[in-house]
Amino acid sequence: MKCYVGIDLGSTTTKAVLIDAERRVLGRGITNSRSNYDTACRVAKLEAYVGARLSLFRRALGDEGGDFLDRLERAFRLVQFQEQLGELEATCRRNAAGPRFAGRERAVADALDAVFAALRTEAPALFEPGAARKSDFFRDLAGSLFMRHGDLVARDAGLDFDLLLHVYDKSIIEAENRVPSDDIKGKLRTAFERVGGTALGPAVQAALDVDFDEAYVVGTGYGRVRLPFSKEHIRSEILCHGLGAHLQYPGTRTVLDIGGQDTKAIQVDGAGIVENFQMNDRCAAGCGRYLGYIADEMNMGLHELGPMAMRSSKAVRINSTCTVFAGAELRDRLALGEKREDILAGLHRAIILRAMSILSRSGGVKDQFTFTGGVAKNEAAVRELRKLVRENYGDVAINIDPESIYTGALGAAEFARRAVEA
Amino acid sequence: MTTTAEITRRCLALYEDLDFASVRAWKAAAPGRKVVGYMPVYVPREIVHAAGMLPVGILGGGDGLEVIHGDAYYQSYICRIPRSTIELGVTGRVDFLDGMLFPSTCDVIRNLSGMWKIMFPKAYVRYFDVPQNYVDAIGGSYYAHELAELREGLERLGEVRITDDALRASIAIYNENRRFVQAVYDLRAREPWRAPATEVYLLMRAGMVLPVEEHSALLREYLDAAAREERPRRDNARVVVTGAFCEQPPLNLIKSIELSGCYVVDDDFMLVSRWLQGDVPLDGDPLEQLALAFLHRSVSTAMRYEPTQAEKGRFLIDSVRRTGAEGVVFAAPSFCDPALLERPMLHSALQRAGIPFTSFKYAENAGQMQPIREQAGTFADSIKLWSAP
Amino acid sequence: MTVKEPSMLKQKEMIARNYDRLTRAPQHGEKVVSTFVPGNLNELLLCFDVVSNLPEINALQNGMRKKTGNYILEAEKLGHSEDVCTYVKADVGMMAKGNLAPNGEPLPSPDLLLLSYTGCFTFMKWFELLREQYDCETVMLHVPYAGDGVITENMRSYVVKQIREVVIPALERISGKKFDIDRLREHLAESARAEDDLVRVLESARHRPSPIDAWFGGVYYIGPIFTAFRGTPDATEYYRLLRAEIEERVALGQGPITPDGEMGEQRYRLVVEGPPNWTHFREFWKLFYDEGAVVVASTYTKVGGLYDDGFRHDPSKPLETLADYCMGCYTNRNLPQRVDLLEKYMRDYDADGLLINSIKSCNSFSAGQLLMMRELEKRTGKPAAFIETDLVDPRYFSPANVKNRLDSYFQMIEQKRRNRPTAA
Repeated sequence: MKCYVGIDLGSTTTKAVLIDAERRVLGRGITNSRSNYDTACRVAKLEAYVGARLSLFRRALGDEGGDFLDRLERAFRLVQFQEQLGELEATCRRNAAGPRFAGRERAVADALDAVFAALRTEAPALFEPGAARKSDFFRDLAGSLFMRHGDLVARDAGLDFDLLLHVYDKSIIEAENRVPSDDIKGKLRTAFERVGGTALGPAVQAALDVDFDEAYVVGTGYGRVRLPFSKEHIRSEILCHGLGAHLQYPGTRTVLDIGGQDTKAIQVDGAGIVENFQMNDRCAAGCGRYLGYIADEMNMGLHELGPMAMRSSKAVRINSTCTVFAGAELRDRLALGEKREDILAGLHRAIILRAMSILSRSGGVKDQFTFTGGVAKNEAAVRELRKLVRENYGDVAINIDPESIYTGALGAAEFARRAVEA
Repeated sequence: MTTTAEITRRCLALYEDLDFASVRAWKAAAPGRKVVGYMPVYVPREIVHAAGMLPVGILGGGDGLEVIHGDAYYQSYICRIPRSTIELGVTGRVDFLDGMLFPSTCDVIRNLSGMWKIMFPKAYVRYFDVPQNYVDAIGGSYYAHELAELREGLERLGEVRITDDALRASIAIYNENRRFVQAVYDLRAREPWRAPATEVYLLMRAGMVLPVEEHSALLREYLDAAAREERPRRDNARVVVTGAFCEQPPLNLIKSIELSGCYVVDDDFMLVSRWLQGDVPLDGDPLEQLALAFLHRSVSTAMRYEPTQAEKGRFLIDSVRRTGAEGVVFAAPSFCDPALLERPMLHSALQRAGIPFTSFKYAENAGQMQPIREQAGTFADSIKLWSAP
Repeated sequence: MTVKEPSMLKQKEMIARNYDRLTRAPQHGEKVVSTFVPGNLNELLLCFDVVSNLPEINALQNGMRKKTGNYILEAEKLGHSEDVCTYVKADVGMMAKGNLAPNGEPLPSPDLLLLSYTGCFTFMKWFELLREQYDCETVMLHVPYAGDGVITENMRSYVVKQIREVVIPALERISGKKFDIDRLREHLAESARAEDDLVRVLESARHRPSPIDAWFGGVYYIGPIFTAFRGTPDATEYYRLLRAEIEERVALGQGPITPDGEMGEQRYRLVVEGPPNWTHFREFWKLFYDEGAVVVASTYTKVGGLYDDGFRHDPSKPLETLADYCMGCYTNRNLPQRVDLLEKYMRDYDADGLLINSIKSCNSFSAGQLLMMRELEKRTGKPAAFIETDLVDPRYFSPANVKNRLDSYFQMIEQKRRNRPTAA
């Protein structure tokens, strides 16, 4: 099956989207961008292929496949997780050597046995139906488990936890920078067996037998110059974002994307062609990263900020979106006795105010308006945006796609398709 | 009898009113009235007044204005005052302005004059240049011509004639205002506990929007009230605040300086009301008198060229000596080229004179005062330690 | 550069000779006058046989040699704010670090600081700061800003009076030479000759392909006429050579010569507003020519005179012409004039778009550029882009950031061009 891949190499995450010749999305993949962009890009693509295979099953099974597919996917994720865990364990063992461990090799090896045994035991629970996972990235899942069990094991063994931590830190980077095996079909078969679907129907078998023919790849995103692609396979993120938003919502005329490191405002025409764009200036104030600092400062998870801000009835006026001053401003406000939710509401408003000025630079907000990027998932930010757009530009349809993080990759995939089909 | 608290309340209301209701009321009170805005640092308000118009100081939006559109016009490395001024403009908050004067303060304000021309094509917009040459026959003659051009421009705007007599009358009224302003500053320098920095600041801010006659009356009332009221005297260090001549510090910042143990005994806020030192003579050609006063009796500040190296910093040091100040607080707006480029020269002049100083930057909408309170507090403490016997 | 053309070699030799003359001035008993590029009075200085030292040129030379980063840090250590102009800090830092000219010899202390205050507020503070260091005579030439877009008789006579009654007496005093107005006329006539040729060079960019890059190449072309050579036969000769070379390139249908050789296909014709960056000059330029972008007109090449607007130094009105020259420089023009000029360039040079390089250090250029961009998009319907760098502070040049924006911009132009006829 002919397919086209778009890859968006962002500063924090790398996304891949796979589409077919009819421009239907087959699969999406996401991973953390890590230090090795090449790996990040291969992992994201691999994930997109997993998604693609699952959507072929979905097509094959139609409506009745719902529950089965859900179980299948979870089983697959577990297989994948276990494989990566094995990889991590082997790496840890290799790394638990050298002068630092002199005299304690045995103790460390025993501790690793205990920790990984616990991890393996706990792994299935992570992929139970309805299990709440903080993240889907292996690094985050394995990391938090390792911290928890490592600490306990070390304490029991009278071992310095830092020693285990050192092994882990070194190993996770190595393990992460190796691309996991791309034997998707093999892992899917294992997963099938686990969910008791040994006898594959002909439709599923056919879907499993389909070979993907990767006809063209286009890369985009901040790290695109570092992609191992030739120039004709690279498109600017602005173009990809504009086109991606157009594909998601054909009525789009203005796009706002707030990502980790930058904020973009893009004006597109009826065909998704970029007419104008502006990005935040050299100063990254008011980007997603700012919320990250705030979350750290408040000792909260990034995803908890929005809900807390929603509880505010009276936002505190925050004038600075400078990440450098964020912490000081926050402490100052708290010291003045302001409520956390009111401060957070003010911070969200401040970010959106920055975005409003970038939008204004690019030519304002036209109907329809599509909001993308990580911050588009934050309800408090969205609330402020809706308010300010209405106040300044009147009634404008505001689109937010739950998969908006893939907007750039989707545009890139479409550029890939056009390179061949058009 | 009016109290300082009542006067301060009135001034605070004027200060906080970003819709300029008092100015709108003045304009609506009689048909055909015109209002001319001006930015810091100096314009000859006498000429506007002589045209029967109300000169109104536009000093940005402070910390009370949410800037949404203004930021779209400026890069992050440019100060705040032009952004909030544009915000005031595009949101219609200063739509009563028939004209706007942009003094030659710096390149940002200079360029704002051209932006205003493009954005508000109906207004009378003038970049108001002042001479950097102080020879009567050169800079003086140039400036007198510039004043004449301003006079003609305002005559066209208001369809009035500005006679020499009207100019002289206006000069006299502003002479009186300058005397009252000076009296308030003198009072504060003498007995700073009677005239706290925030009160004096708000009083002077009121002078940016009130008709000058009303402002003079207000100053007189304040002087009377301040002399009457007994207020607690603290063991504060006496400081001169400098560097804040254009973009204004938030009121909280001035308050913070004072709360952290400093009496502000002189400052360079709103220099327009003190730019010309002493009375402008009422005889002779009024424009020429304004020009000569500018050449020879202006305050010294960063956007004015200092022809003699030995004079650099002299004005500030004189102010320290005259007011009995014990130190200088440099409070400059972030990205303010004039203030920040001047600062090292003033630092070395103060160092030579053995006057302690401390420096920080602010923005008109700054929210955090803790660092400033700490810095000013430490400075006040160290001054007291130094001066301890 | 791979190809050394006669004009290029000549300019190199001129600059080297001038730095040698400057650094040896004290030995040869020559007097040194420091002054700024925009609105400089070079023809007048020539009449007194003084050597001129231009601090912006030192800063940009140091920028290209990657020395300014340290100089700026040095100045900030000495108490200068991170916020202010990096040309000033590069200069202050250079002094603190031994004040070496690009030829490795120490720069002499100036005998006179001629503060030609044209189009930039910072100039005033800059020389006040230098005066504190050198403790030498300083003369202010206040050039009024064309706030209303016109040069009035009052402005002109003010500048003329200052030249006659302040600047000339100071130069006479410093140099010990009497002012000779006929000599000034000769230099002015020499200037006008070179100016004619410069204009022909700049206007050659109307051709397709453009034989020059009017920004990256342009900054070389303006070198002699903006600095110590305007009014000398050397400069006239340089521009004669340059014009002949460019005319030959036009005849052969050749594009500009870049550091990587002759430029290939010209896919984007740009008008650029704002100064370039000096610390990453070649890297920056490469981002353009690699993508087939050529600059056909720029405003930065007008900071030392707007000759393509018709102005020529006129020997028949020697002092008035100097005054008009000062007041007509690009950064002394008001914003509406600047927008008009850019609009004219967009049309005259048939540009695909406008690029603004916004310089952190230079408020004179930068404050208001976002409005200018808006106006020009509206008036021309052509796409504009905005990038941010600095003159000589390497901290403000982010290659990835700049490349990201430029690529997006070029691709946007391309995409619009390709889709225009069939756009839904």
